[in-house]
Amino acid sequence: MNNAATIIVIEDEAQIRRFLRTTLTAEGYQVIEAETGKQGLTEAAMRKPDLIILDLGLPDMDGVEVVKGIRAWSSVPIVILSARAQESDKISALDAGADDYLVKPFGVGELLARIRVALRHVSSTVNGEEEGVFSVDELKVDMIHRKVTVSDAEVHLTPIEYRLLTVLVKHAGKVLTHRLLLKEVWGPNYVERAHYLRIYMGILRHKLEKDPARPRFLLTEVGVGYRLVAD
Amino acid sequence: MNEQRPDPDALLEKVQRAEAKRRRGRLKIFFGASAGVGKTFGMLLAAHERRAEGLDVVAGYVETHNRAETEQLLHGLETLPPRLVEHRDTQLREFDLDAALKRHPALILVDELAHTNAPGSRHPKRWQDVDELLDAGIDVYTAVNVQHIESLNDVVSQITGIPVWETVPDAVLAEANEIELIDLPPDELLQRLKEGKVYLPQQAERAAQNFFRKGNLIALRELALRRTADRVDAQMRDYREDHAIQDVWQVKERMLVCIGPGGNAENLVRAAYRLAQLLKAEWIVVYIETAKLQRLSREQRDAILRTLKLAEELGAETVTLSGHRLANEVIAYARTRNATRIVLGKPTLSGWKRWLFGSLVDTIVRLANDIDIHVVGKESNFLSQAGANPYFSRSRLYLGLASEEPSSLFKLREGYMWALAATAFCTAIAWFMLDHFDLANLIMVYLLGVVVVAARYGRGPSVLSSFLSVLLFDFCFVPPRFSFAVSDSQYLVTFAVMLLVALVISNMTANTHHQAKIAVHRERRIASLYAMSRELAATRGEGNLVRIAVKHVAEVFEAQAVILLPNDTGSIVYPKDEGSAQSCHGSDLSIAQWVYDHGQMAGQGTDTLPGGEVIYLPLKASSGMIGVLALLPLNPARIALPEQQRLLDTFTSQISLALERVRLAMEAQNVQMKMETEQLRNSLLSAISHDLRTPLAAIVGASSSLVRDGNTLASHARQELGQTIYDEAIRMAGLANNLLDMARLESGAVVLNRQWQPLEEVVGGALAGLTSRMVNHPVTIRLPHDLPLVEIDSMLIERVFANLLENAVKYTPPGTPITIAAASDQNELVVTVSDQGSGIPSGEEKRIFEKFHRVASEGNQGGAGLGLSICRAIVEAHGGRIWADNLPSGGAAFHFALPLTEPPFIENEEATQS
Repeated sequence: MNNAATIIVIEDEAQIRRFLRTTLTAEGYQVIEAETGKQGLTEAAMRKPDLIILDLGLPDMDGVEVVKGIRAWSSVPIVILSARAQESDKISALDAGADDYLVKPFGVGELLARIRVALRHVSSTVNGEEEGVFSVDELKVDMIHRKVTVSDAEVHLTPIEYRLLTVLVKHAGKVLTHRLLLKEVWGPNYVERAHYLRIYMGILRHKLEKDPARPRFLLTEVGVGYRLVAD
Repeated sequence: MNEQRPDPDALLEKVQRAEAKRRRGRLKIFFGASAGVGKTFGMLLAAHERRAEGLDVVAGYVETHNRAETEQLLHGLETLPPRLVEHRDTQLREFDLDAALKRHPALILVDELAHTNAPGSRHPKRWQDVDELLDAGIDVYTAVNVQHIESLNDVVSQITGIPVWETVPDAVLAEANEIELIDLPPDELLQRLKEGKVYLPQQAERAAQNFFRKGNLIALRELALRRTADRVDAQMRDYREDHAIQDVWQVKERMLVCIGPGGNAENLVRAAYRLAQLLKAEWIVVYIETAKLQRLSREQRDAILRTLKLAEELGAETVTLSGHRLANEVIAYARTRNATRIVLGKPTLSGWKRWLFGSLVDTIVRLANDIDIHVVGKESNFLSQAGANPYFSRSRLYLGLASEEPSSLFKLREGYMWALAATAFCTAIAWFMLDHFDLANLIMVYLLGVVVVAARYGRGPSVLSSFLSVLLFDFCFVPPRFSFAVSDSQYLVTFAVMLLVALVISNMTANTHHQAKIAVHRERRIASLYAMSRELAATRGEGNLVRIAVKHVAEVFEAQAVILLPNDTGSIVYPKDEGSAQSCHGSDLSIAQWVYDHGQMAGQGTDTLPGGEVIYLPLKASSGMIGVLALLPLNPARIALPEQQRLLDTFTSQISLALERVRLAMEAQNVQMKMETEQLRNSLLSAISHDLRTPLAAIVGASSSLVRDGNTLASHARQELGQTIYDEAIRMAGLANNLLDMARLESGAVVLNRQWQPLEEVVGGALAGLTSRMVNHPVTIRLPHDLPLVEIDSMLIERVFANLLENAVKYTPPGTPITIAAASDQNELVVTVSDQGSGIPSGEEKRIFEKFHRVASEGNQGGAGLGLSICRAIVEAHGGRIWADNLPSGGAAFHFALPLTEPPFIENEEATQS
């Protein structure tokens, strides 16, 4: 729990703002509110926040535009809030540079989890460490020695499977869009071939998960992409 | 007259007429005895007066004939520019009807009511233009001379010796609201003529000299005065009738007028009209066609057609009968129609000829016991010689029964050959009989031969046969044999008798043939109407109806036809399909539109736009205008016959009825659909309202409790309340999701985002979203490892899983397991979600997939009953199917099958190294 972290909440619905403010302040974060996209951009420029929570359904600007605007001069983590039907908006926002998303209605637990993940990444990259070993529960990925173990039993992965896993590990906890994964693992020519991704994710699940049908680590974010759970 | 209760129908008619009259414009006619009395002048004076009263007056068409004083009066009146029409190197100035309608003044002046419009105008006559103006509600002042009145036409031309071509029907005058007689004593008129104040066209000067003789002028003046007086009288009687309703006649006079060929027919009709007016009688004009009359020349037939048409215009009912003997037919028909009088023309023959050959008049007079006979005197043949109306010049067939075309010349010749053969045959027989029989018997053989020839081949061959028989009999059998001399003068009588017999029989058979032909024709026409009606009654769909109607109309009337229907905005459009060989192409949409708007016929042979070749008929049904039937007849004159018109009328009403029926059926269907949609909407609203209120009640209750007593409540109580609020809110979110899904699926706006997915992933996604709800139900997943990829929309199929799992949780007791299994074969992937609960009530397996259906034993689970119907919609949108049944071991199983297609090619890993 990072006590001094500043979070800017860009949301036009007063009730949600209130809920967010209450919750986040109770957790020790400092909360700044903005009602419109323009206001949000101004605040972001002036206040140098640690995290931005952005609602996609803003009245004055397209949420994706706000993301692009911020990404133009800052890499501050952005978590977007979306209503259920806006799948394409979600994906565009993630592709434009947002880090994660929450679907309304959401509970406090999810919210805090996402925030934690987003802030952790910042701190790790800011500190310049590249985590050499990633582990959660029985899964351990040693990127220095290129070894993957489940409950200390080594698992053999093909080069592509390994590459896929490392990309997920690099962004552990965050959602990664199909597009991004395809580009990182297979290359820009393969961005339209989501079935490759799915098949390989299935293979990874079978190799790494206790119950592949109900994965513990390699979660599917339906319609958006995949997420490697980090805790 | 008996005091009777007023006939309600007559009264209604009167009221309707009065109503129509109120809406119509008012017509004032300035009536004069001849040109030059000052009608235009009087009209303009009246117009100025009205204008001074503040009325909007426009001069539509005023003929000043360059007279200074008249032109002066035109100043100060707004004039409508004339329509210029090019006609044979000259420019004609015509009244612009469309401009007048557009301008729509309160009162318009239109001079020269009897004028014939230039070709290409909407109506052939100016009085028809005026009629349209009145229909549009515009008042009209107009001027006309007495010689232009239809029924007086012949009388005037007799008086003046000058034919008048431009006529105005009497109905126009009768319907006018006011007639002002512009009267000028003949002496004064002659004075004005001398002073040059009367316009005379150059060419007519000499004729005009004859016209303006004092005798003529006096007679014309008397005619005009008398006509005006008649009208006043009629007005008075109408007034009395309106105010003394008991004066309704119970028994109406009915007149039967017989016309035949011969120049007298038209005069007879006009005279009959005047008589009918006088007697206030209904009149029927009858033309009886005998076999003999069938052989009339083309001009004579045209004349008869013209006369019949004139009779109809003057308000008669016309009937064409066919018969054998004129007098008997006339009397019989008169009896059938309860005619009280018969009107005939004066007999054509006189003196001894009349005595010998008899005349129709005499026969009828003798036969009619109780019917009055009027004989109308003969008028000059002047008009009938004046040349054929070009309108009828194209008639080829007359009633379809015309004399056989010369193409049957072959047939005739054949008849004569047979006549020869028969006679020869008879001679041969007689020869053999000669030795055994008397000469008298031999004659019988010949007679038989002649009779047979007459019966089979008609008049000509039979006459030939009888002559030949006589000759041969004389030559071969009558002593002295082999010579043409006749020793016994008895045989002369025999010859004569044989000839007569032959003629009589052939005549009889010819007549019978004729009658049979007529009957066949009539029957054929009725049969065609019946056939069309029957086919129409059995047809559905507007397109089919139209096709059938066109086919029948084309057959019966020997025409090309097309039915033009309006689109949604009421404008007539061309039909969408290409039509058949019987379709009439190139019909004019603007004329069709006019017909549709006005409900009247137009086109060839009518009063409106008669320029083209096509006839446009309105299709009118009880609910209003349905469309327009355009007909291009092969034989326009035939179509113009009153009888064909009536048949056409019957056909069009049948077609209109059928079209109306189709339209009403469609409307009924729409109404049905609307009703069902309403019902559905109501169910939805009631279901939602219940399912929203329930969780809301819990939320409001729990939260208000927290707000009020939050501080004093124990922490576990607070926890519980908070949890309640959370749970109920999640439930409402679920309901909202379902509703949204349903709305999207129903509106058809869902576009499947199909991607190749492993089923496992979708199952995992669904389970992940439901973990909290499924804590009490262990889930077993049995998916084969080699399950192929399916091309599905993962979000939607996830919802299917989610709904099925939620259902399982809702309807099974806690602790019971839920199983998800899948299997695939060549064509489909079948997924089964089964539980161990109480199962589906038997008989409900199909119904549970319907919207808003909830199994009765549900309690207050809520959910609006939409889940399974959403599943079905999604699965079916993927081209799959969904069904449910009960497991033999207890519990329900829900299955859905998704179609499998060839999955995409996955490259080998080495190839994809980048």
